[in-house]
Amino acid sequence: MTFLVRTKRKISGLLKALFKKRTCRIGIYGPPNAGKTTLANRIVRDWVGDAVGPVSEVPHETRRVRRKEDITITGQNGSSITIDIVDTPGVTTKIDYNEFIEFGIEKEEAVKRAREATEGVAEAMHWLREDIDGVIYMLDSTLDPFQQVNIMLVGIIESRKLPVLIVANKNDLPDASPARIKSAFPQHPVIAISGLEGNNVEELYEQMTSYFG
Amino acid sequence: MEMIQGVQIDLISAERLDRLTAMEKIRLILDDVMEGNIVILEKGLAPDEQSKLIEITMREIAPDGFSGIEMETYPIRDAGNGFLAKLLGGKRSETRLTVIGPANQLKTLKKEKDLISAWVSSSR
Ligand SMILES: Nc1nc2c(ncn2[C@@H]2O[C@H](COP(=O)(O)OP(=O)(O)O)[C@@H](O)[C@H]2O)c(=O)[nH]1
Ligand SMILES: [Mg+2]
Repeated sequence: MTFLVRTKRKISGLLKALFKKRTCRIGIYGPPNAGKTTLANRIVRDWVGDAVGPVSEVPHETRRVRRKEDITITGQNGSSITIDIVDTPGVTTKIDYNEFIEFGIEKEEAVKRAREATEGVAEAMHWLREDIDGVIYMLDSTLDPFQQVNIMLVGIIESRKLPVLIVANKNDLPDASPARIKSAFPQHPVIAISGLEGNNVEELYEQMTSYFG
Repeated sequence: MEMIQGVQIDLISAERLDRLTAMEKIRLILDDVMEGNIVILEKGLAPDEQSKLIEITMREIAPDGFSGIEMETYPIRDAGNGFLAKLLGGKRSETRLTVIGPANQLKTLKKEKDLISAWVSSSR
């Protein structure tokens, strides 16, 4: 291959990269243990075939922002979108390593986890300010949605003018109340699902294609 | 006033807040809260300031030390006539009253919350 041809290829590659619209990045936000990683894994498994990260009943299992690129989701109506899914650590205003000790984790490891969790939350906030194009805000629908951190986070997302879908997760549990979540956030679409069981995720995919498309 | 024994509450007026940059506000709040005090802002923080407050709070957390903040906001309806408003110079404000305290003193803050709610509602 001559130098000229190589240079030409390089340039055309550069031009393509320059003009190709960056894939839309959808961040999954919400408090710890809402089921963000469970949903991220389901989306990736349903549309790509592998997983994003480990799920745990111990809070702050996800201590780093994780991105899975180029996932194409097709709705029942046939329209589709290609997105990056960004799984984030749960957002909170407080972290105490004793939380981990209560789950039987040794002190040294608990302190390490707490530090990683604080870094992860800071990272997630940074992503929200800089790199996110749309948000799935996840809530455990068996819990009170009127927590200050939820109101604050949704306010921050709104101020950035990002489209947000609210997911009322864990609708497989008897005391789930998606209605309470709807009343807390009447300004946004709320979709009740079970990320674990897969209830109603088709509806979520459908909404994602039209809302983030 | 047994309830508030040993707890310092600092009120920061809207006027003062207006003169500070985002970082100055956050530093002022965190330095105070990290000393174990409760801070009341006459005027709520903007969403971007809230986002940075969370980020910087996370950076300040240390094992067996500071474990983060607890934060509540309250709408002000008749801020012009209330006790708190008088205390702060009677300046009317549409923005929300914000209470921030150290997370490990959650219990105290909850009590203070009632007290503060009482102040706000007594204005009607
Ligand atoms: N019952 C029920 N449990 C769920 C559901 N989604 C997640 N969980 C459980 O909630 C816990 C936290 O899940 P995870 O995905 O790690 O939450 P994250 O912290 O938001 O990422 C785990 O024990 C999950 O198995 C759901 O739809 N229903
Ligand atoms: Mg997770």
